[in-house]
Amino acid sequence: MFKEEELRKVSQKRGEWEEKTKKVLEKHPEMKKEFYTLSEIPVERVYTPEHVRNMDYVRDLGFPGDYPYTRGVQPTMYRGRLWTLREYAGFATAEESNKRYKYLIEQGQMGLSVAFDLPTQIGYDSDHPMAHGEVGKVGVAIDSLKDMEILFDGIPLDKVSTSMTINAPATVIWAMYIAVAEKQGVPMEKLRGTIQNDILKEYIARGTYIFPPGPSLKLIRDTFEFGTQKVPLWNTISISGYHIREAGSTAVQEVAFTLADGIAYVDAAVKAGLDPNKFGQRLSFFFNAQQDFLEEIAKFRAARRLWARIMRERFGVTNPRALTLRFHTQTAGVSLTAQQPMVNIIRTTLEALSAVLGGTQSMHTNSYDEALALPSEESVTIAMRTQQVIAYESGVTNTVDPLAGSYYIEYLTNEIERRAMEYIKKIDELGGMLAAIEKGYPQQEIQNSAYNYQKAVESGERIVVGVNKFVVEEEEMPKNLLKVDPQIEVEQSKRLKELRENRDNLRVKTVLEDIRKVAEEGKENLMPYFIEAVKAYATEGEICQVLRDVYGEYKEKVIL
Amino acid sequence: MLEKVANGVLKGDVRSIARAISIVENNESEAEKLINILYPHTKGAYIIGLTGSPGVGKSTLADKLIAQFRGVGYNLAVLAVDPSSPFTGGAFLGDRLRMQSHALDRGVFIRSMGTRGSLGGLSPAISDAIKVLDAGGKEVLLVETVGVGQAEVDIVSTADTVVLVLVPGLGDDIQVNKAGIMEIADIFVVNKADREGVNRVVTEVRMMLDIAYGKKKNEWVPPIIKTIAEKGDGVEELVDAIGKHREYLKESGALQQRRSKRIKWELENTLQHKISRYLEEYVLHEVEVDYLEKIMRREVSNYAAAEEILGRILRKEGVVDEC
Amino acid sequence: MAESKRIRVLIAKPGLDGHDRGAKVIARALRDAGMEVIYTGLRQTPEQIVESAIQEDVDAIGISILSGAHNYYFPKIIELLKERNADDIIVFGGGVIPEDDIPGLLKAGVKAIFTPGTPTTAAIDFLKKAVAEKGRKEEVA
Repeated sequence: MFKEEELRKVSQKRGEWEEKTKKVLEKHPEMKKEFYTLSEIPVERVYTPEHVRNMDYVRDLGFPGDYPYTRGVQPTMYRGRLWTLREYAGFATAEESNKRYKYLIEQGQMGLSVAFDLPTQIGYDSDHPMAHGEVGKVGVAIDSLKDMEILFDGIPLDKVSTSMTINAPATVIWAMYIAVAEKQGVPMEKLRGTIQNDILKEYIARGTYIFPPGPSLKLIRDTFEFGTQKVPLWNTISISGYHIREAGSTAVQEVAFTLADGIAYVDAAVKAGLDPNKFGQRLSFFFNAQQDFLEEIAKFRAARRLWARIMRERFGVTNPRALTLRFHTQTAGVSLTAQQPMVNIIRTTLEALSAVLGGTQSMHTNSYDEALALPSEESVTIAMRTQQVIAYESGVTNTVDPLAGSYYIEYLTNEIERRAMEYIKKIDELGGMLAAIEKGYPQQEIQNSAYNYQKAVESGERIVVGVNKFVVEEEEMPKNLLKVDPQIEVEQSKRLKELRENRDNLRVKTVLEDIRKVAEEGKENLMPYFIEAVKAYATEGEICQVLRDVYGEYKEKVIL
Repeated sequence: MLEKVANGVLKGDVRSIARAISIVENNESEAEKLINILYPHTKGAYIIGLTGSPGVGKSTLADKLIAQFRGVGYNLAVLAVDPSSPFTGGAFLGDRLRMQSHALDRGVFIRSMGTRGSLGGLSPAISDAIKVLDAGGKEVLLVETVGVGQAEVDIVSTADTVVLVLVPGLGDDIQVNKAGIMEIADIFVVNKADREGVNRVVTEVRMMLDIAYGKKKNEWVPPIIKTIAEKGDGVEELVDAIGKHREYLKESGALQQRRSKRIKWELENTLQHKISRYLEEYVLHEVEVDYLEKIMRREVSNYAAAEEILGRILRKEGVVDEC
Repeated sequence: MAESKRIRVLIAKPGLDGHDRGAKVIARALRDAGMEVIYTGLRQTPEQIVESAIQEDVDAIGISILSGAHNYYFPKIIELLKERNADDIIVFGGGVIPEDDIPGLLKAGVKAIFTPGTPTTAAIDFLKKAVAEKGRKEEVA
């Protein structure tokens, strides 16, 4: 990008400048001996064309919507359409969550994002002994199609796109969504949305797994296949780095492990005979927006470029729509403090801005009270307004990828890509992501980063405003935090009992048997069977129990 | 108090057994008293040593073994030993995690122990814990240690049957050729047998065994068993092999031999330990300063000084008559 | 020779919550502070936690809950400890626990709750003090 002559002049000038600066440093040393990004990438005082001397605009940056998509997945980006404002929500019962969804849509939300409670995420009904104390706490309790019908009551599924954070039992929940849509008269071809469906990160960082890797991948392949054939507008997976980052990884590891997971999924699907040019179009990603503002922007760009290169070079993908890394972003949960919670609004704003400058397709901003409880109506409104101010008032959406060309940003983008590739190579050497997880490799890396971060905060090396600096001794806690009524568990259990009494239990038995047979045989796509089963009002727990019987349960690998 | 704990142990009370193990880990004088009370009540529980490098799947295997032994009705205990940090003395004891499905089975007692700074030799605490569990009615004891360094060799001095667990692809030559490894194992397990390279490991072990045992007859030739612990494959074979080894030991009289050796070794250890403790106190209090100065002034060498001191101790104890 | 007494702590994740970053960071910090840490792993029932604590003869149980189910799990575990005459075991915890709920938990018998942002040194100091206290009480008894 730069002529040799230019670069030489710059180098020379820099030499002079460094000499002068030495004198300044003697009188006024810098605040730290060395500066690093959150990912421990060393940061220099100043960046110049020298740092990006080997860059080729067309090869490395290109134009938005053109390979390698560094500048964006689409030519007009926010000038054509803003990112989707999509706040993750769900708690207690389907009725209450339904109310919150309607509120959010009124307030300008463009797409729904469903949070399920832990029993639902782990395939247990609300009356299962393991569900004690957990029903409705971190999301909505969905035991059967009945609950799903209530959840989306009055919400036109042909008009909203719905993202569902469900992984191990994603097939079953997706089947319920499809069944609800059918009842509304909306055909599958029209449905838009996402199921997270990313089991590998569950093993690595999130912990809501059910079955072992083999059967889990089979279920995922079923969704790819079913989606490609019957639900073409649906994103059948959201390959996630958010949780890996929350578990303590660095930005580089977030990119590396997420893309390595992606490689594993594409591999598995290709081995099963699916065409990456087809299902590749519907792979989506989910990243974290953390606090190192500039590093995050570079991270998103690096991820886009790296994935495009991987899909093309490794898997021979030619369809441009299958090369683009489209992603949803959530601002970092771990950056929220319980101390001086209002300050979280400022953190979330900066994080959200980095995601916008990084070209995200959809976003969830955290509410300020989330280190203490689920968002209240008031706090989630501010979270939404944060996105709206950025979108409509800040002007950053007027041009695509505005920070391109910044020497630091381009340097960091390159650096993150390079370091992520090293991790991916290491994972390849270990035999792929599945093998690496079995050996505990990503888990160990993440834990080390988490521990180092904690030590850095405790030693004061890393400042957290309100926690280890600018502390307020006696502060007032926010009032009106959201509380989930423990009665919910009792209510749901009652409902389950009624459901089981009033449905056609013979039919339920039949559909569950069918599932068992097909699962044992292991070849046919299970989706149509799940759809039949949920329509007969078999509960999620009942279906998952059959799968547990056939597939067994995963036991975690713990390394410290 | 000690009486109460001891009585509890003999009744098989979980809390008392747990307390007793803590006592033998922490408090020396109390430990001795406790063992003095409990030892006559031990019945000679069968001890299986499970060793191998970190990550080979010992705990997962142990978890499956427990199920098998419980299936036949044995009352059993597991001692999961992990290394303590040489710097901080702390330890992360994570083996239990893999066996938690048995946490509520009253017929299974699981205890995690750190090596607590014992470099050479399994710490006396482990031998004492074994005695406690034995007195508490446990019939089978699984002692799981990390096969790194001295501990893996010393497991032999504690166990009746030693099971060494290997896995393919972990630098097979290193595992198999390590000095002492081949001599100590009574049974070889190649876990994660669905991985590449499993046959290579089996072959290497077999070759080593041929060299060691090829010509001899009537001896126990360690079998090599392939397992996939996670799935439970091969576990029955392993239990079978352990049973056969136990039979062999009994019939050939080797069990008695081993246990005699173990007792001898332990007695020597205890003696040595007591002597050095005694010396610490004695020498420290009485003669050290004098002799230190003499050695400093080159009047006497360390050897001569030691001889004199030893002479004085033995005479003092009435062991040697005054010359 | 038996070494001096080590503080033994059981770190547990009850229920379905799979977020173990905090539990592992604490476990590591306690180990680095010279304690023996037994980690139960995920998805433990209160019964499993209590039984393990008793077998391991721990001084304290540290419970990590981020799923909002703390008002169920903490009291349940304390109740079970009482039943087994093991309520001398110190119960402490951390996670996502609103200020409002803390007094109730302390009243139920939890000795300390460490909310987000608390340095690990706070937990270490607390444990050292609490265990020493317990030791003195036992000597007197």
